[in-house]
Parts: sequence; structure tokens; C-alpha cells
Amino acid sequence: MRKFETTRRVAMGVVAAVAATFAVNANAGGHGIDLEGKTVEWVIPFSETGGSAKWANFYAPLLSEALPGNPTVVVKFMPGAGSTKGANWFQEQTYEDGTLIFGSSGSTQFPYLLGDPRVRYEYNDWNVVLASGTGGVAYLPPDLAGKMDGLDASGLQDTDFIYGSQGATRLDLVPLLAWEMLGLNVEPVFGIKGRGDGRLMFERGEANIDYQTSSSYLKGVTPLVEGGTAVPMMSWGALDADGNIVRDPTFPDMPTFKEVCDATAGCETSGEKWDAWKAFFVAGFPAQKMVFLPAGASKDAMVTYTKAFEDIKARADFAEISSGRLGVYPQMTGEEATGALSSATQVPDAAKEFVVNWLSERYGVTLN
Amino acid sequence: MDIVSIALPALGDAAGLILQPIVLGYLVLGVVMGLCIGVFPGLGGIAGLSLLLPFMFGMEPVLGLALMIGMVAVVPTSDTFASVLMGIPGSSASQATVLDGFPMAKKGEAARALSAAFASSLFGGLVGAAFLTVFILVARPIVLEFRTPELLMITVFGLSMVGILAGRVALKGIAAAGLGMMIGTIGEGDSAGELRMATYDMPYLVDGLKLVIVGLGIFAIPEIVALLRQDRAIADRKPLGGGWMTGVRDWFKNIWLSVRCSIIGVVVGVIPGLGGSVVDWIAYGHSVQTTKDKSKFGSGEIRGVIGPESSNNAKEGGGLVPTLLFGIPGSGSMAIFIGAIALLGSGNIEVGPSMLKNNLDITYAIVWLLALANVVGTLICIAASGGIARLTTIPFALLAPFLFMIISFAAFQSGQDIMDLVALFAIGFLGIMMRRFDWSRPAFLIGFVLSNPAETYANQAVQIAQSRFRKSFEDGIDYIFSPIVIVLIIITLISIVVGLRQAKTIMAEGAVESGAKRAPLIFLLVVLGYLTIAFVNAAMIPDYAAADRVFPRFVAGVSIVACLILLVQMMMRAETHPLFADRETSDADTNAHGLWSTLAWFAGLLILTSLMGFILALAIFLFAFIKLRAGRSVVFAAAYTLAGIAFMCFMAGLLNRDFPPGLLQSFIDLPWPLT
Repeated sequence: MRKFETTRRVAMGVVAAVAATFAVNANAGGHGIDLEGKTVEWVIPFSETGGSAKWANFYAPLLSEALPGNPTVVVKFMPGAGSTKGANWFQEQTYEDGTLIFGSSGSTQFPYLLGDPRVRYEYNDWNVVLASGTGGVAYLPPDLAGKMDGLDASGLQDTDFIYGSQGATRLDLVPLLAWEMLGLNVEPVFGIKGRGDGRLMFERGEANIDYQTSSSYLKGVTPLVEGGTAVPMMSWGALDADGNIVRDPTFPDMPTFKEVCDATAGCETSGEKWDAWKAFFVAGFPAQKMVFLPAGASKDAMVTYTKAFEDIKARADFAEISSGRLGVYPQMTGEEATGALSSATQVPDAAKEFVVNWLSERYGVTLN
Repeated sequence: MDIVSIALPALGDAAGLILQPIVLGYLVLGVVMGLCIGVFPGLGGIAGLSLLLPFMFGMEPVLGLALMIGMVAVVPTSDTFASVLMGIPGSSASQATVLDGFPMAKKGEAARALSAAFASSLFGGLVGAAFLTVFILVARPIVLEFRTPELLMITVFGLSMVGILAGRVALKGIAAAGLGMMIGTIGEGDSAGELRMATYDMPYLVDGLKLVIVGLGIFAIPEIVALLRQDRAIADRKPLGGGWMTGVRDWFKNIWLSVRCSIIGVVVGVIPGLGGSVVDWIAYGHSVQTTKDKSKFGSGEIRGVIGPESSNNAKEGGGLVPTLLFGIPGSGSMAIFIGAIALLGSGNIEVGPSMLKNNLDITYAIVWLLALANVVGTLICIAASGGIARLTTIPFALLAPFLFMIISFAAFQSGQDIMDLVALFAIGFLGIMMRRFDWSRPAFLIGFVLSNPAETYANQAVQIAQSRFRKSFEDGIDYIFSPIVIVLIIITLISIVVGLRQAKTIMAEGAVESGAKRAPLIFLLVVLGYLTIAFVNAAMIPDYAAADRVFPRFVAGVSIVACLILLVQMMMRAETHPLFADRETSDADTNAHGLWSTLAWFAGLLILTSLMGFILALAIFLFAFIKLRAGRSVVFAAAYTLAGIAFMCFMAGLLNRDFPPGLLQSFIDLPWPLT
């Protein structure tokens, strides 16, 4: 173990040295904090296997290069209770010297929005410095996809759908509600451990509808589509600057749920149900993963981190290195991030009430 | 067609993957670590893999696999040292080797026993790897047909193995497995998110207990505590003696025995959940049955070494079959292996049918690595036998604190919470009691490992089947009773009948004398009490979350009935009956220290940790233990403590981990590693 770890250590040292050599250290001195010789801890409230881990591991080395003083950035995992444990822990931390940041995800946002009693954290106390978006795609087996008449999904309404779900109160709320609005009879089979298991269930022919977030879709479902065993149904879409749902830039040829809903009789793109769906979609996807400084962070620290993430975005090779690992989605900083945070964490009371009622009536889930 | 067009190129790709110097380097590294872990009594594959686990994250998949396979493959080879030289099984897979290996060492034939064992191990390991290769080729098209009902039946089949593990009292085995399954249901239910035996006020329990902790607590801690209590003398260091070639010739003379026992090993290994705890006993039994002159068994019969050692390496190849093909762990260490694979690379390798579909080259790389690790392991064992043998002469009182430190660290890696240590201690205590009263610990672990798959697959299969039945009756029947399911049901029934019949002759953990009535009765009542509380707790789950209620209520119900029958039997039977097995009676003359005083040391470490954090507590613990219990000088104790702390900090530093903080840390800010 020692030999191997030394190798790894040396390798990390080399990377750090290279990073230090090439870093453009524009922000040292003046306003801003210098993190030279320090170690930034980036706490992720999930295990090492999830999407948040991949996201943080993509950014960590870049952040180390971009922060003044090139601190070491280490990602720490604090899994538990679907991220509630880590978020509750972060709530108790206070700002010291800018060496602690926290990465939240849609699974942290939803319990907060729904008033889960275990939530003891408050997004408004935290300071957002980056918000990363993503999207999602629903897909069907070819025989069922053939029942769709263009964008009109009415032909699917007499089919019994089975969907492998992680739980109705998680991100799965968005697809489940969308399908219901289309009049689809989807029965969620709970108990799967991750969306990957849902795809496997689809591949085995036990589930006949599924959705994946963009990066998993690109990796896991695209081969199925090419092999003719899956057909994309719709994407959830993306938000434009005015907050309208438009086509997902990663999947420009795919209709959005909004288009499908418009074309399907009985599905309304206005009213209580639509507002609730949109509110939770906005909370779950366009600003799915965010980076926070703890409560009481100084202005200097905020400026420093914002600048660092802006520098990362401005890298000449950013589009190239990020598209494969994050997809083509906005990585928002500054005002944009603050805006994204508020739209992601402030759901209208009516929407919240609707979803809470819907969950208890449809799935018997009570949140207290 | 399939074989030629897909499998053969994949085999070639796999060979290309592993035949790189760096991969081989990691393999050797894994082998060396496995050797150390195997030589230390009480530590086996579970402890070794859980130490590697935190390093796996983001590692190049082939390198990580090389490291892990190297370690897993060599443990059953290296554990022979402890079995032959000390008469203590180095891990649960070589208990039977002790019976004839240790007497041979006493007669000065240690080298002969070891070389015969190594030759058998190597052969068994290669048979296992070869079998795995063929099996993957043949089974791949069938496995790709597997859906939830088939996966459920494989899990049930694994659970049915409890029958063979149950030992002399079948009901105890059932109760032990039931208890393991109930411990496995603790926390948030997978289907509806209802809590079982947990509250949101204790967030630790909500996620359930981790396998690393249960595995270490149930197997490693009881062994360490038991060995520590015996406090073996250092003096009996015996020369290895000559006869290395004699041993190899012995093996060659008995090559057919070795072939048969390797096959036994593979077959037992394939059965999910069964793992290594019984395979050596089955092979030993077979060796005895097929030997004409049975008189020398127990006093140094070489066939008694060759049989078990051939089987226990072969079982690793077999154990990879359910692990790789279905994603259902073949044993406790394989369950950790599955978790580790998920961490490798960017996390896109999933064990199970999808791996056979998408990562066939990785699958075959595992097979090649397994074969190679067996060869490398055997070579190192022979080449370095003198040095390794010396390791076994370290008095256990010096080894135990070190082992305990490593186990605590490994446990702490799973949740990074001081509760990890509390849970480890609690499960460890349960393990000690189960060992004492001869409740099958392998059965418990099988229950724990298979609890979650059994519940999830059952719920999902029922739900999907209901939907199919709504479509049409035939559709539903076709789904539930596919030909594969029917075959699996038949196999399961056969295994239960045969298992129960054979159970009395296979003593997974050796014979235990019976003692007085009171202590076993109290333990039974405590288990019964827990099961009853868990039953009531599960029964209170409301209707809308019924999916989280059915399984724990059913399992607890069955286990309670088993316990009640046991209770009645205890009232009727005399205290010499195997029901009242109690190791405190059988080991009374070898135990130099009491149970409670030994446990108090570890409880002390726990309490100190909660007061002043892990590192400070560990420093006090190590120093005091070496000074007072091991009776060494102050200087020695100080040096030992320093080395121990340095090792811990080194490991934690590499992993960027903190140690559990205590009360002290909430008042004062201390620098790392004291934080």
C-alpha cells in the first residue's frame, strides 16, 4: 500500500506543480483572499459513486488552479440520509478563512422545498458561488414510441407503464408528474438504488419507460438508441434568460415535454399543475448542483471564489473538457448563480401545496 | 457463434489489459498485502478489502482490480502459515487445515505441510480461474436473460444455504440468519422510505449498518478477542524443517484428491452467500471419506492438508461467479468487492449482467488476474516462507492492539462518524456472544448480506408481476415462472434437503462443548427480545408504506418462532445437549484472561475516543495496553505507540480523512490530526 500511495502522491504532486506553473494568478492581493499553502475542503453530501462526485472531481483540480495561492482542493464525501446529513452538518459550520465549500444537488433541494422534517438547513444562510445545470430525457421502447402520433402522446394512454424509481419525493417527482399530466398510466417500482438500475430494468424489458439525466443518457442510452432498443420521447427542456422552457441545447433535435404536452389533448401548459411541474423542474434541473460558502462568508471570499469559477469558465479549453463530463449546460456564477439559487429554492406556495397533496394522494407519502 | 465473435476477442483484450508492467506491479502489491492480512489470525478478505476500499475511488479500473484480486486470491494461501505453525486458523477458510497441519508442524514437518498446502492452493486457484473462464462463456447468454424473479430466486437460493451452515442445531442457524436479515433491514426502507428500528434523531441508523462494520464486528473482533484471551507464549518457535520437495511430491501423489477438492471448492464458492466458511470442512470431510487408512487423520495426515487447501483457493474463482454474473455477493468479502468496483474509474462499471454485456474485457481481466495472483502468491509464499513464518511468532498481545487499530480505522472509513466505532463495538460484542454460544456467524452474515437484495427483488418482482397479471393471466405466469426460475426453485429445494441432512457432520466453526444452562438461555432471550421489538416496530408501519413492512415482519416472525421452539427445547433438554454449547466451558483451561477484562480495554478506547478524539485516545490505549497487558517496558510501549500513531496519520493523510472527534474537540480547536 505504501508504494502505491507514494506513486499516487508523487503523481498528484506533479499535477499540482504543473498546475502552479500554468495558472494565471490574476487575483492575488488586492481585494480577495489568498489561500496559499491552505487546503480547501469541498464537502459533497453523497458517496463517491454518484453524479455529484463526478461533478466535484471535474471542478476540484481546476479550482485549485484558479484560486489565488493555488490551494490544494480536496473533495470530502459525507454521505447519509440522501444528503440531508451533510447539509445539516454544513448548516452548523461558520465561515472562517474560506477553506470550506459545500456542493448541493437536486436531492438536497427537494426535501428542503417539500418541508421534510429532517431538514435543518436553510439555503438563504448560505452563499452561492456556482450553479451548474443539467437536463433530462425520457425514452421508450420502439414499439411504444411508435404509438406516439408525432408529438401527440394520447396513443400511449392505454398502456400500463412500469418505471423503476428511486422514490416519489426525489428528482423522480419531475418525470412522474410529467407522465401523469400526459395521461400516461405509469406505475413506479420503488427500491432501485440509482438511475442506472432503472436503465437496467428498462434493458431487461421489465420497465417500459425511463428517464436519465443528460450525462447518463449520453453514456448509457445513446448506445441503446443506436442499437434500436430505445427511442427518445422528450427532454425536460432548458430555461432561457427569461425563464421560458426551450429546447435543451444538448439535445436540440428532441422535443421538450412542453411541446409534447401542448400537442397532447388533456395536457395543459398553464394552470396549477403545470406551474407546480415547472417549479420543481426548475428546482431540480437547470440549477441542479451548486457550490456554497458557509454562513457569514466575507465579501472578499465571495469575490475570490466567484472570480475563480469565472476564470475556469473562461478557459480556452473549458467547452472541450466540460462537454464530455458535464454536458452543454450553463455554469452560472455571480448574479446569475444567485438568480438560479432563488428560482431553485423558492417554489410558490401553491406549487408546493399541490405537490405535497399529489404525493399523499397518489403515493401515500406524508412528509412529517 | 457468440463465443467466437465476442468472447474470444474479449479474452485477448483482457490479456492485453493486464500484461502491462504497472498492472503486474499493483498485482504484486495486492498479493503482498494479502499475505500480511492472511498471516495475521483473525483478519481475512473482509478486513483487507475494507482497508483498500477508500483508495479505490477514481482509480484506473484495471489497477484497482489488480490490487483487490491480488489480495483476495492470496489470503487462502497465506492463512496456511498461521494454521500450520500456530494451530490458529489464519482466516475462516483454513480452519480444517489446522487439524492435520498443526500436528505435522509439531512433528517437525512444517515445511512439508506448507509446501503441500501451497502446491494444493496453487492448483486449486488455477482450477477456480479456469472454471470461471468456462462458466462465463457458457452462462453469458443465460445470464443476459435474467430479470427480477430470477435474481430473487438466486438470492433465495443463497439464503437456503443457511441450512448447511446451521451446525448441530438447525433452528439456531435459522434464528442467526433471521437476526442477520433483521439487522440488515435497519434504517430507511428502500421502497417507501419508512424507518425500521431507527429514528431521525439518530441519523446514523437511518442509513443502516454498513457491511464493513458488520463483517469486521462479526468475524474479526471475536477472533482477536479470543486469541488475546489465550495469550499464547512466544517461545514455541519451531524450525520449519526440511522436506519442501517431499510436500510437493505428496501433493502430486494425491493429485486426484486435489482435483476433486478443487471442484468441491468451486461449486461451494458458486453458491451465493456461502463463501469460505464451510468449504474447507466439506473438503476435509471428503478427504477423510476417501482415504482407506483413516487412523492418521488428526495427527498429521498429509491428505488432511491437501484437501482443504485445494478447495479454499478454488472457491475464490467460484465465488466470483455470482458476484460478477448477477451482482449478488458470493461471500462477505465479495460484497465489499462489489462496492469497491463501483468506485473504480469514473464509476461506469456495474457488476452483474450489464458487466457481461458491456465490459466483457474487464470481466476476463478479473479471471486472468485471479490466476496470476495465485501463481505469484504461491511463489512469494515459498520464497519468503522463513520470514513470513517469523511473523507468526509475534506474541498476540503485541499484535492485537495494532489489529484493533486497523479495524477501527477501516470501520471509521465507512461513515466517518464516531458512531461507526460504537456500531463496530456493538456488533463485535454480538459476534463474541454468537461465537461463544455456537450460533452460526456465517449464517448471520449471509442473512445480513442478502437481506437487502431479497427484500428489494421480492417487492419489485411482486409489483411488476401484478402489472403483468392485469394485462393477462398468462403474461403474469410467464413472468414469474420462467424456465430459469423453475430450475432455480428445484435446485433450492434440493439444497435445503441435502443441507439439513449434511449439517450435522459439518461443523463450520469446530466442535463446542456444552456448559451450564443459564448463559445460553440468557443470550437466547436477548435475541428473542430484539426480534420481538423489531417485529412490533415493523408492524407499526402504516398501510401506505406496506412494502417496507412485509419483509421485516415476515422474517422477524419466522425467527421468533424458531427462537420460541428453541426456548421450549431448552426447557426440556439436559444441559449436555448441543443446544447449550458454550465456549467458555470448552476453552476454560486455555483462556488466560477473562472476557470482560479484555473487552474493557476496547470499551476504554471507545469511551476515550468520545471524550478526546480518536488519536489521543489511541495513544493512551496503545501505550497502556503494551505497558500493562503485554508487560513491556516504558520505552518499548512509547515506541510502539509512536509507530502506531504515525501509521494512522500516514493512512489518513493519504486519504485526506479526519479522525473521529470527541468532547474535547468541541471546546478547543486542535490542529490535525487531533481535530
